[in-house]
Amino acid sequence: MKEEIFASGRHIPHIDPYLNIWHWPIALYLFLGGLAAGILFFAGYFVVKGKEKEMPATVKWAPIIAPIALVIGLLALFYDLHHKLYFWQLYTTIRFTSPMSWGAWTLMAITPLSFVWVASYMKEMFPGWDWKLKILDRFEAWVIENRVPFAWIMMVLSIILGVYTGILLSAFNARPLWNTSILGPLFLTSGLSTGLAAILWISKNEHERKTISRIDLVLILVELFFIVHLFMGFLAGTAVKNEAAALFLGGEFTVTFWVFVVILGLVFPATLEAMELRGFHVPAWLPPLLILFGGLVFRFVMVDAGQITRFLY
Amino acid sequence: MAIDTKKCVGCSDCVVACQTENNVPHGYCRDWIVENVSGTYPVVEMEFRSERCNHCDNAPCVRCCPTGASHIAEGGIVLVTHDECIGCGACIESCPYDARYPHPDGYVDKCTFCIHRVEKGQNPACVDVCPTHCLHFGDLEDPNSDVSLAMKDRKWRVLAPEAGTKPQLYFLM
Ligand code: SF4
Repeated sequence: MKEEIFASGRHIPHIDPYLNIWHWPIALYLFLGGLAAGILFFAGYFVVKGKEKEMPATVKWAPIIAPIALVIGLLALFYDLHHKLYFWQLYTTIRFTSPMSWGAWTLMAITPLSFVWVASYMKEMFPGWDWKLKILDRFEAWVIENRVPFAWIMMVLSIILGVYTGILLSAFNARPLWNTSILGPLFLTSGLSTGLAAILWISKNEHERKTISRIDLVLILVELFFIVHLFMGFLAGTAVKNEAAALFLGGEFTVTFWVFVVILGLVFPATLEAMELRGFHVPAWLPPLLILFGGLVFRFVMVDAGQITRFLY
Repeated sequence: MAIDTKKCVGCSDCVVACQTENNVPHGYCRDWIVENVSGTYPVVEMEFRSERCNHCDNAPCVRCCPTGASHIAEGGIVLVTHDECIGCGACIESCPYDARYPHPDGYVDKCTFCIHRVEKGQNPACVDVCPTHCLHFGDLEDPNSDVSLAMKDRKWRVLAPEAGTKPQLYFLM
């Protein structure tokens, strides 16, 4: 027999018996951050490629979601802080060893940028739009003139944002489920894919839908590969990594993860997209809805399960 | 700090002393006792450990703090500056020993080795109150400090060294 108990008693709120200091706001924020990163990345990408005209939903319409998602995400983050009045301390310093710090700065840069991006297309999207102020008109003209450099900056920042949503978790060696370097790329890929799903939902243009579907299929395959890779790493790893994997291989997260994330969130929508590309009729809203839902569940599962994995007791 | 597991009887005096000394809110604790029982009757072994923050040399809680509120003070004690802490919880996630907790007032709190006492040349409250004298505190670099002397002829181990944080609580066996 081997038994370890807290003889002095320990029932600290949010710490015992299992750590649950991070709740739904963090999971939601990771999802929205990834979604915005995906949308903004592809908006930038197709502008750089000079395909603005062919991809109206990607470049103009879908980006409207990004600033909204980012603001909701930021509010969720803020809501989750326990010492809210001191949140400004985040912006008095930058600490490179802390993903939370450079992530907060990235958000500070990409959120306004996403607003500017959307604003610069207002007149195209809503004919008759009037900024009322001269200075805003001039600013708009300047942005439009420099759209390509803007697109580049946005692409770089959205990659950082997408990777950051994974690194935020993977930087914690105390939580074996999170502490794997594949998490950054995995969250980035998943974020890009959810971004594409949002675009797909909005787009009415046949050519655009096909292009987006094709990219999304590749991303989903990459994501599935990363997931297999993740588990291979865990199973070949130390005892705590094995235990982390066990949560998904027979443990309490097995059904949620494999059914809702992998099958309904990746494999099934990918099959539908592939069928649509082959000419089958598929309801346009179905694959994007599944992908977005799968992405959301994925973040919830990772945030919750990660906090259960530990070294001691 | 060194903890003599052969002497600790698990009375929890150190836990209460800490709660009183540091005004730890009701229901929270900065130190705790772990009872470990192993073996099968009649060969059974029992070990008591008085645990707290390990004041790690390679402290992940300091590394991941976005504002610098978590820091290592001169002498190696890991501290949180309350009015720089935003309560994001990153350090709580990062600690393999679950030694930190969110204080009801918002900031993150943990063992300070009673730095207010140490600065005056006193021991942490838990050390002074222990009826079996199983806790030894001091400067590890000073060969004549209480902790160095206690460790001198004894076997010791640290908890979860594989977490890579270079913990500074030494459990004498
Ligand atoms: S035990 Fe935890 S809180 Fe203490 S220094 Fe180590 S990582 Fe930080």
